[in-house]
Amino acid sequence: MNKVGINMKSKFLEKLMEVVFFISACASIISVILICFFIFANGFPAIAEIGIFEFLLGRDWSPSNVPPSFGIFPMILGSLYVTAGAIIIGVPIGVLTAIYLAKFCPKKLYSFLKPAVNLMAGIPSIVYGFFGLVVLVPLSRNIFGGNGYSIITASFLLGIMILPTIISLSEAAIRAVPRSYYEGSVALGATHEYSIMFAVVPAAKSGIIASIILGIGRAIGETMAVVMVAGNQARMPAGLTKGIRTLTANIVIEMGYAAELHRGALIGTGVVLFVFILLINGIFSVIKRRMT
Amino acid sequence: MDKIKIENLNLYYNDFQALKNINMSIEQNKITAFIGPSGCGKSTLLKTLNRMNDLVEGCRITGKVLLDNQDIYGNIDVNMLRKRVGMVFQKPNPFPMSIYDNVAYGPRTHGIRSKSQLDDIVERSLRLGAIWDEVKDNLKKNALQLSGGQQQRICIARALAVNPEVLLMDEPTSALDPISTLKIEEVIQTLKKDYTIVIVTHNMQQATRVSDKTAFFLLGELIEYEDTEILFSTPKDKRTEDYITGRFG
Amino acid sequence: MNWLSRLIRYVVKFSAFITFAVLFFIIAYILARGIPYLKPSLFALEYTTENVSLLPAIITTLIMTVLALLISAPIGIFTGFYLVEYAKSGNKLVEIIRITTETLSGIPSIVYGLFGLLFFVTTLGWGFSIIAGAFTLAIMILPLIIRSTEEALLAVPDLLREASYGLGAGKLRTIFRIVLPSAMPGILAGIILAIGRIVGETAALIYTAGTVAKIPENFFASGRTLAIHMYVLSSEGLYTNQAYATAVVLLIVVIGINALSTTISKKLTKGNIDG
Repeated sequence: MNKVGINMKSKFLEKLMEVVFFISACASIISVILICFFIFANGFPAIAEIGIFEFLLGRDWSPSNVPPSFGIFPMILGSLYVTAGAIIIGVPIGVLTAIYLAKFCPKKLYSFLKPAVNLMAGIPSIVYGFFGLVVLVPLSRNIFGGNGYSIITASFLLGIMILPTIISLSEAAIRAVPRSYYEGSVALGATHEYSIMFAVVPAAKSGIIASIILGIGRAIGETMAVVMVAGNQARMPAGLTKGIRTLTANIVIEMGYAAELHRGALIGTGVVLFVFILLINGIFSVIKRRMT
Repeated sequence: MDKIKIENLNLYYNDFQALKNINMSIEQNKITAFIGPSGCGKSTLLKTLNRMNDLVEGCRITGKVLLDNQDIYGNIDVNMLRKRVGMVFQKPNPFPMSIYDNVAYGPRTHGIRSKSQLDDIVERSLRLGAIWDEVKDNLKKNALQLSGGQQQRICIARALAVNPEVLLMDEPTSALDPISTLKIEEVIQTLKKDYTIVIVTHNMQQATRVSDKTAFFLLGELIEYEDTEILFSTPKDKRTEDYITGRFG
Repeated sequence: MNWLSRLIRYVVKFSAFITFAVLFFIIAYILARGIPYLKPSLFALEYTTENVSLLPAIITTLIMTVLALLISAPIGIFTGFYLVEYAKSGNKLVEIIRITTETLSGIPSIVYGLFGLLFFVTTLGWGFSIIAGAFTLAIMILPLIIRSTEEALLAVPDLLREASYGLGAGKLRTIFRIVLPSAMPGILAGIILAIGRIVGETAALIYTAGTVAKIPENFFASGRTLAIHMYVLSSEGLYTNQAYATAVVLLIVVIGINALSTTISKKLTKGNIDG
């Protein structure tokens, strides 16, 4: 084939592949549209039938009563409480560990510890849940009282589970801080530790906050682990040592046998979760934009 | 008076010798310029004066560097050394904080907490850096939002805020536009009476404009060290003459 | 300042210690309690309520993983190509794709499960099936693959691309011959992370792939993965020991995946530096 022929063929291939890549890129958009559509289309009618205030603020979740009530406020609170607990436990330890890994960890140790963090991220939630069930629940029973299936237990478990998220993102953010900040601080006579804490880490603020928000998202969305340790009582939170049910648990526990309006209410719960997540993502993007 | 005395200084990056048997004295309250082609060791030598080279892995020295007759590589507190010997870097590196926090950072590190004290220090330093008038109404502004020349003057103010005795400047204007460069050279001139200044520059005109004494380096060796006027008009070494007349660079 | 510096150092070290001590404890405890119960009967080909064999679940998991990757990896990688190599910055579409990808990555797995139930299982009529599960998982891991591909591609210095263009190579050739090999470790790391995510996934599969305990005979049959198997075991309360054993298997798989990921990254990075 002459030069012109080769050029035309390769030009065609180039164009073709560009189109292929473009269509692939649209898969992401299409997926979101589909998910939004199906979740909302199946959830909104149910919410409307129940009544939006009844649904969101109603304190009584009794689907099998006659007449049934579908108030998910207890579950909203349940999700919020265990997420808050997870953040309180997971963020300080996570960020500090990230600082350690990024700036205080000797190289040889790091080659063990970094994969360990990834490993921690990879442990399936069901395994965490099981661990929570067989270790944390009895422990909680002994230390805090109650039967062990409680907000505290769930918070601890979730706190552990979001550690790798917070650690890896925070560590990356800290490492990404230009060396010039560290050098500038040291040149002023500040110690290594002071320079890291007060010049480098603050420069990584946006990345660290991003990691926290991702951690929040992970905690709110966690299902299996919470189901196994939180008690799952579908009533208003009654104390840190008592059990609660989260939005996620609500769906997974009852979806198997729910019919009609009950089913719709559960999908409605999914809608609420979805909206929460969208809100969190939105806040995340706004923060990110403000920081840069 | 000799503020800094360098005696038989050799510096190695692992096996590579970057500085060869340097002997010189830096006079107090004078501006000394280090000039020479890329890779000649002038920046490296500058960084031995506040032990910033310690941060480079594999770097070691033999010989002595005396600050007020005390060997800074001996048994001393490195952080205090760096408080006494400040540094301004080639690329302005203000912290991503407000202007106020940038300048207050050094004093805070060294224990000054009182707001009124810090306010005074910040104002004094920003005035010394010839930038007070431009920023005084907006000290909370993020320093990164300033222009390059302004950022560098903030960095100078920041370095001065810890009250150093010596100020090291590593090509402080090479990343800046000509107008900012001139502004900063003005600042350097006014600082001379209270500080000892050592400035690395690849711009010979800058050396002639600003410095009292000039040292010419080549391949890690100190070739010639003279009053600036003499070095540039009647250099003793042929290599110096070749460099300043532009035969190589 | 020294007391402050010492305090900082101590607090930082202590936190790291807590993190890794917890991890170590979890793994050690499960291994200790579970390994004794890794009997051969646990790996029988046919599942009975007596042996609660893992093998069907393992096979199902393998099938599920391969299927989901086959669907998702090409799309994700190509998306990465588009975003990094083709789209001009400031392009509105790129912004939208970024937003949707981020949205996808934040959606809880139970919501994916719900979607899968409503769309694949019900609307498309596939019923509780491997294929419904695989497609659901594919969407779930898509953002992961996109993000790691993007990062990996962005990490390749422009200088390399410019050198290639400067020699007269076209865009496609530059991408596949120059950029991709350099970005491979990162992309592979993303895929391996995705595998890990699939293996551990429960909530998204309960209502899409179902919980049937035998080896699925075709893609439209239901089947349970290892993680689901474990969930069923632990919630039934009768099989705690076997649950421990299943946990051990899951852990070993995850550790194996992680080790694989680390070695591949190291090997390929080395190859790049040398070659």
